[in-house]
Amino acid sequence: MSTEPTVTEADLQAYADARLGAERSAEVESWLAARPEEAERVTAYRRLGEALRAAYDPVLAEPVPQQLEAAATPRPSARRIASIAGWIALGALLGALSGWEAHDWRRPAGPLAEGAAMARRAAIAHATYSPEVRHPVEVGADQEEHLVAWLSKRVGTKVRAPKLDEAGMTLVGGRLLPGESGPVALFMYQSAAGRRLTLYIRAEANGQRETAFRYARENNVSVFYWIDRDCGYAISSADLSKDELLRIATLVYKQFES
Amino acid sequence: MNEAERLVELIPRLRRYARALVGDRASADDLVQDTLERAWAKLHLYRRGTDLRAWLFTVMHNVHVNKVRATRVTDTLDDELPELAQRASQGDTLLLRDLDRAIARLPSEQRAVLLLVTLEEMSYEEVARALGIPTGTVMSRLSRAREKLRTMMLGQGAAAKLKVVR
Repeated sequence: MSTEPTVTEADLQAYADARLGAERSAEVESWLAARPEEAERVTAYRRLGEALRAAYDPVLAEPVPQQLEAAATPRPSARRIASIAGWIALGALLGALSGWEAHDWRRPAGPLAEGAAMARRAAIAHATYSPEVRHPVEVGADQEEHLVAWLSKRVGTKVRAPKLDEAGMTLVGGRLLPGESGPVALFMYQSAAGRRLTLYIRAEANGQRETAFRYARENNVSVFYWIDRDCGYAISSADLSKDELLRIATLVYKQFES
Repeated sequence: MNEAERLVELIPRLRRYARALVGDRASADDLVQDTLERAWAKLHLYRRGTDLRAWLFTVMHNVHVNKVRATRVTDTLDDELPELAQRASQGDTLLLRDLDRAIARLPSEQRAVLLLVTLEEMSYEEVARALGIPTGTVMSRLSRAREKLRTMMLGQGAAAKLKVVR
C-alpha cells in the first residue's frame, strides 16, 4: 500500500493558484518536497502570476476614457438614434411633399426659404453624424490641411475650419455631403466634455447675398444659419444651448469675415 | 444597481484584461469599446441574476476572436498604420517588458486562459464557461501557457544576446 497520493498536473496548477483545500494542498506539498525540480517549476508559476498582476493591475487605476464610459451607458445615443429615425422619417416626408432634391414650383423662392432648407439639411447632417463614436468624420483634424484642400476643391469655393478653441471646441475633422445643388462641407467640433457641434458650409451660386443670423430649432437640434456672399453657413448642435451656439456662430462669422 | 452602472464598474477590469491580451493601449481600448457596444446589443441574451462579469468576458472573447480573424485579412493595412504599440514601454523594468513580450508570443487561446485565471482570478469552471471549452481544456491550456512562459523567461537572457548578434 502506497502512502503517497497521486498528484496530477491539474493539481499542480491548482496548487500554484492556491485553489486547493487545506488537506489536498498539504498532500501536494509533501509530494513536491520529494521533487525539487517540480517544486521549482511550481514556484516559478506563482512568481509568474505575481509578475502578471504587477504588470497589469496598474491599468485598473487608470482613468477610464470617456468614449468607453459612453459605450457602457448608451442611453443618450439611444435617444439620439430615435431622433435620427425621426429625422429620416421627417426628411422622407418633406421630400415627398416638396421634392427634396428636385426644384419644385411649389417651393417658395427667395433666400429666406433657401436658408431654411439649408438649416434643415444641416440639422439632419448633425443628427446623423454627431452621435458617431468611431467614425464621426471622414478625415480627421490631424490632417486638417488635406481636409480643407479637399473640401474646398469639392465644394467649389475656399472653405476652412475656423478655430473655436476660445469657445472650448476643438476640430474633430470633416466630411463631404451631398447638398441641394452640389457637394457641401461639414466640419465637426467637440468640447472636452464630448459636446459636439457641426458647421455646414455650402457654396452660394449667386455670391452677392448677405443675410442676418437666423435661428431654427428642428427636433432637438439648434441651428444658426446665414449667407455671406460666396458661402452659406449653418452651425448646429444638439448639445449646446441657443446662447452658447450663438456665441460660437458669432465667432465663426468674425473669422470668415476677416 | 442597473446593468449600465455595473458595466461602467467593470470597465477597468475589461481594460486590464484587454491590455494584457492585445498589448497596446489603443487596440485594447478598441476591443473594450466593441465589447461594450456588443454587450448592449446583446443584453437581451444576458440572464439577469447570473454573473454579468463572466458574461461580459464571454462577449469580449467572441469579439476578440472575430477581430483576430478580420485582422488576418487586413494585415497589409495594419502594416501601414503608425506604430501605436505600447507593449514595449508598458513596464518600467526589464522584467515587465520581457514578460509582456513573452505573453504576446503565447497562442491566443492559451493567453486567454492564463489571463482569466491569473488577472481575473476566475475559477477554472468559470473560465471554461466564459470561453466555451471543457474544464479539462482549461487546465491543459493553463499548464502549457505557464510552461511556455517559464521557459521563455528562463531563456530570455541568452535570447536577447542572440538578437543583438543577428
